[in-house]
Amino acid sequence: MASQQIKILMVAIALVAFVFIVPQSGSFVILLATRAMAFGILAMSVDLLLGYTGMSSMGQAAYFGVGAYLTAVLATKFHFGMGWDFWLVVVLGILIGAGLAALFGLFAVRAGGVYFLMITLALGQCVWGLAYRWNSLTGGDNGINLSGRPNFGLDLGNEVIFFYLVFGFFAVSMLMMYVLVRSPFGQSLAGIRERELRMQILGYNTWLHKYIAFIIAGGFGGLAGVLWAHTNGHVSPETVVLTTSVDALLMVVLGGAGTLIGATIGTAIVFGLREYLSTLVPWWQYALGGVYVLTILYLPMGLMGIPSRLRQRFAQGKNEDSKKLATKPS
Amino acid sequence: MSTDTQMNGGQTTASEVAVLELKGLCKSFGGLQATRDVTLRIMAGDRKAIIGPNGAGKTTLFNLITGIYPVTSGQVLLFGQDVTSWPSHRRTALGMARTFQVTSLFPRLTVLNNVLLAIKGLRPSKFVMWRFLSSYKEVYDKAHHLLEQVGFLDRKDTEVRNLSHGEQRQLEIVLGLASDPKILLLDEPAAGLSSGESTEMTEFLMKLDPKLAILLIEHDMDVVFDVADEISVLHFGEVLETGAPEAIKKSKRVQEIYLGTD
Repeated sequence: MASQQIKILMVAIALVAFVFIVPQSGSFVILLATRAMAFGILAMSVDLLLGYTGMSSMGQAAYFGVGAYLTAVLATKFHFGMGWDFWLVVVLGILIGAGLAALFGLFAVRAGGVYFLMITLALGQCVWGLAYRWNSLTGGDNGINLSGRPNFGLDLGNEVIFFYLVFGFFAVSMLMMYVLVRSPFGQSLAGIRERELRMQILGYNTWLHKYIAFIIAGGFGGLAGVLWAHTNGHVSPETVVLTTSVDALLMVVLGGAGTLIGATIGTAIVFGLREYLSTLVPWWQYALGGVYVLTILYLPMGLMGIPSRLRQRFAQGKNEDSKKLATKPS
Repeated sequence: MSTDTQMNGGQTTASEVAVLELKGLCKSFGGLQATRDVTLRIMAGDRKAIIGPNGAGKTTLFNLITGIYPVTSGQVLLFGQDVTSWPSHRRTALGMARTFQVTSLFPRLTVLNNVLLAIKGLRPSKFVMWRFLSSYKEVYDKAHHLLEQVGFLDRKDTEVRNLSHGEQRQLEIVLGLASDPKILLLDEPAAGLSSGESTEMTEFLMKLDPKLAILLIEHDMDVVFDVADEISVLHFGEVLETGAPEAIKKSKRVQEIYLGTD
């Protein structure tokens, strides 16, 4: 248990350091960090499904997208959500993400493994198709430009203030998901990941548990979308395209599925590499691809699996070994 | 109803409801008839065993009772209620539990969390999302108590995949008992155990609450003869013979099946 507390402390220190250091940097870094945090919420929601429940969703961009489009459409067509009502948009964004997941979940959750992946992919493409073709609402390929960020006393147009706001959402989301995965419900998801049949025999309606998890992940996806729309000031079919879903999935795998922190580390690395590498070399995508391949080949537990790997190597034969392994983050 | 009473030798009175009752249960996989017209009745506290050669349909029978496979025809009754079309988790809620022939634990969770999940299975608080699982004092104490009984307390924080096979087999039964079942279906509890371990297992099974009904599948005849009061022999999905252990031991037909002198 003690090692768990140390880990929490480390994460807390890292977050505090992050929130102090980033605003001191240039506006480029602040915007990059804000984008990464908004996307990080999406990545954590993917981890909830992939890492904790064992469902590899390939359509998480759909919930992200509807959250983002909702924000943009309300702001440009109804001038709604640019003042105090921004908080209402946040709630609506979460609800529309969760609602869409509730609908899609009816089709997807009954399937397992690759079938689940294919169905979520197909449903995600439906949303992309709508965004692309429904010109009157979504602006088609051009997307929607937001005229500015909300201002309710706090002017979110200020990069630093907006950074703090997104950080707040990010930290609260992380805390909520941390509690969730350790709750009876969250542990039941881990049980389903490990052996669904046994869970049924133990009295769990596993379909219902997976369905609820799917809806929760959709809700967090919607929240991430709302923040994303305001971070970029622009929403287009690019936001809901398959690549967004795949990116989120790969970030989780890169950082380490089933750790939450891994999802955020994966997000940070991909965003960092993409921004910095792309200014340096034209072949940056190959570098990113190489990182993915190496991770999957040599670090099946992701970057978060490195400490336990090292420990295993150095402490082999020791009695302590199995105990330490047992308290690894799950 | 009257025919069933006759089958049980007329020992049961009308007021007693069978814990588990199978009526003419059949299951086909395509052309293969895995279970043929199995009728069985288990009362509270009964200790019954099902034996039979490999492929006789023993585990299939368990999968029909627990609702993993849909039945082709026939009925499954739990406490007098027809549960034939119920999903597994609802049957469990009535007081049924089972273990698996191939160990089915949660390998990457700790021993304690395995047991906590098993206890939580029938409680509404399994849906709670805003409290840590470890903060449920009463559930925790119960898990503690269960682990103490089997001497697993010192390993409660070990991930299950790091336990030995024998320990996993024991934990398999602990998980079955965690929901306080009234009937426990044991699918080869001694599978893969050494003779010493399987003696331990027998002692453990014999210490269980006498009111608990047990239906046991087992190949290890020492375990079967010690634990069971009545044995049914399954062959090609059909109940060939039912009787006391002594009678089964002497039965010519059973010997033929097992030794293959046919």
